[in-house]
Amino acid sequence: MNVIFDNLDIFLRGFGGTLTLLGLTTLFALPFGLLLAAMRVSPVASLRATSTVYVEVLRNTPLLLVFTFFSVIITYISGALPFQVAAVLALTIYTAPFFAEAIRSGINGVPVGQAEAARSIGMTFGQTLGLVILPQAVRSVVPPLINVIIALTKNTSVAGAFFIFELFNVGREVANANGNAVIAVFLGVAFFYLIITVPLGQLADHIERRVVVRR
Amino acid sequence: MADRAPGTGVAVGEPLVVVSNVNKHYGELHVLKNITTTINRGEVVVVIGPSGSGKSTFCRALNRLETIDDGTIVIDGKELPKEGKGLAKLRADVGMVFQSFNLFAHKSILENVTLGPMKVRKVPAAEAKKRAMELLDRVGVGNQASKSPAQLSGGQQQRVAIARALAMDPKVMLLDEPTSALDPEMINEVLDVMIQLAKDGMTMVVVTHEMGFARKAADRVLFMSDGEILEDTTPAEFFDNPRSERAKDFLSKILSH
Repeated sequence: MNVIFDNLDIFLRGFGGTLTLLGLTTLFALPFGLLLAAMRVSPVASLRATSTVYVEVLRNTPLLLVFTFFSVIITYISGALPFQVAAVLALTIYTAPFFAEAIRSGINGVPVGQAEAARSIGMTFGQTLGLVILPQAVRSVVPPLINVIIALTKNTSVAGAFFIFELFNVGREVANANGNAVIAVFLGVAFFYLIITVPLGQLADHIERRVVVRR
Repeated sequence: MADRAPGTGVAVGEPLVVVSNVNKHYGELHVLKNITTTINRGEVVVVIGPSGSGKSTFCRALNRLETIDDGTIVIDGKELPKEGKGLAKLRADVGMVFQSFNLFAHKSILENVTLGPMKVRKVPAAEAKKRAMELLDRVGVGNQASKSPAQLSGGQQQRVAIARALAMDPKVMLLDEPTSALDPEMINEVLDVMIQLAKDGMTMVVVTHEMGFARKAADRVLFMSDGEILEDTTPAEFFDNPRSERAKDFLSKILSH
């Protein structure tokens, strides 16, 4: 275990890197996912089609491929994209469809009569969604959104393969330098991930139970 | 059609809703067949027919909650826009009451009534609230204003739904089976509100199975069967002297006991 305490500052910096990736990606991917979900239920056929194709393609593509595209190919073409930016971009592009699907399932869970009533008093599509549908969808949407964030937390580790200073990369470096303590190092890395994901999971469970009671 | 049902004393005006050659299919099923009719200002039109006759579809097509395949629907001189802001604007002028009330579940009774005026008509909050309270009092649920929809009985909810529609000052009200989801003892409280509305001169299209309401408040009865309007006549004429076999058959089934 000494290997972790001896390298605690570098572990904490890696942990900070992971949190930064997680925070920035959530910040960008959540609004993007909301936009995709709104397009998916909009009355305009071309918007629905665009969103559907985007969501289905990205959701079914390996994250590593998306990362490679942004980190290697884009950088190769433009030569100007820092890895940190490329990583957030790749994670955002990849995660937004998962947020979108979680939000869309919540929207579909609101009875169709609510939207009809809103439209019948002259609300536009945006008003119907923002004032009537989303406020009712939000309670059932939060737990699946948290689950997407948990998956995202683990997905940030892929960035480690692209020279980003984050937890997984730190683990690899420390393990390389301390060949006799590899297991302890990776247990330490796992511990830091669990610090993020376990409370999130608890929160999702808690909210889920409250939603069930309120119904 | 010079005057209205007994006791209303409101003269019937010029055409408000003009429906011409409207058709709609659900796949193979032809649910609206060449529907053509005119609803005049101040008129109360009751649509009657067996289930699956297309009467609800007809009612919902009038504010484009159901799209139509061809034909035209003109409301107050304007053809129904296909989508977007124009359609929303027109819908604001057409009140709708649903079978299942559809009150906004996350809003209080008062907010249900003020939401449309405030967000669609941009009425100031204080004014919208004052008007909403008047309307809620008028339909007899003013004392429930701060409750949520789920705390009210079906009859109360439906009266709130009527107030919500009235708050937009609609030119015409569409009521799609407004009493069909209600317990029997609550039907009359809703019908009373509807009869009062008719007496006040509101233009109404009412899809209903309440024959008493049709007799008492309607200026005209449209009888629909298999997507067609088979009869378009006065209530007295329809109930006492139906012309089509389909109408005779329908009336014999519902009026026999």
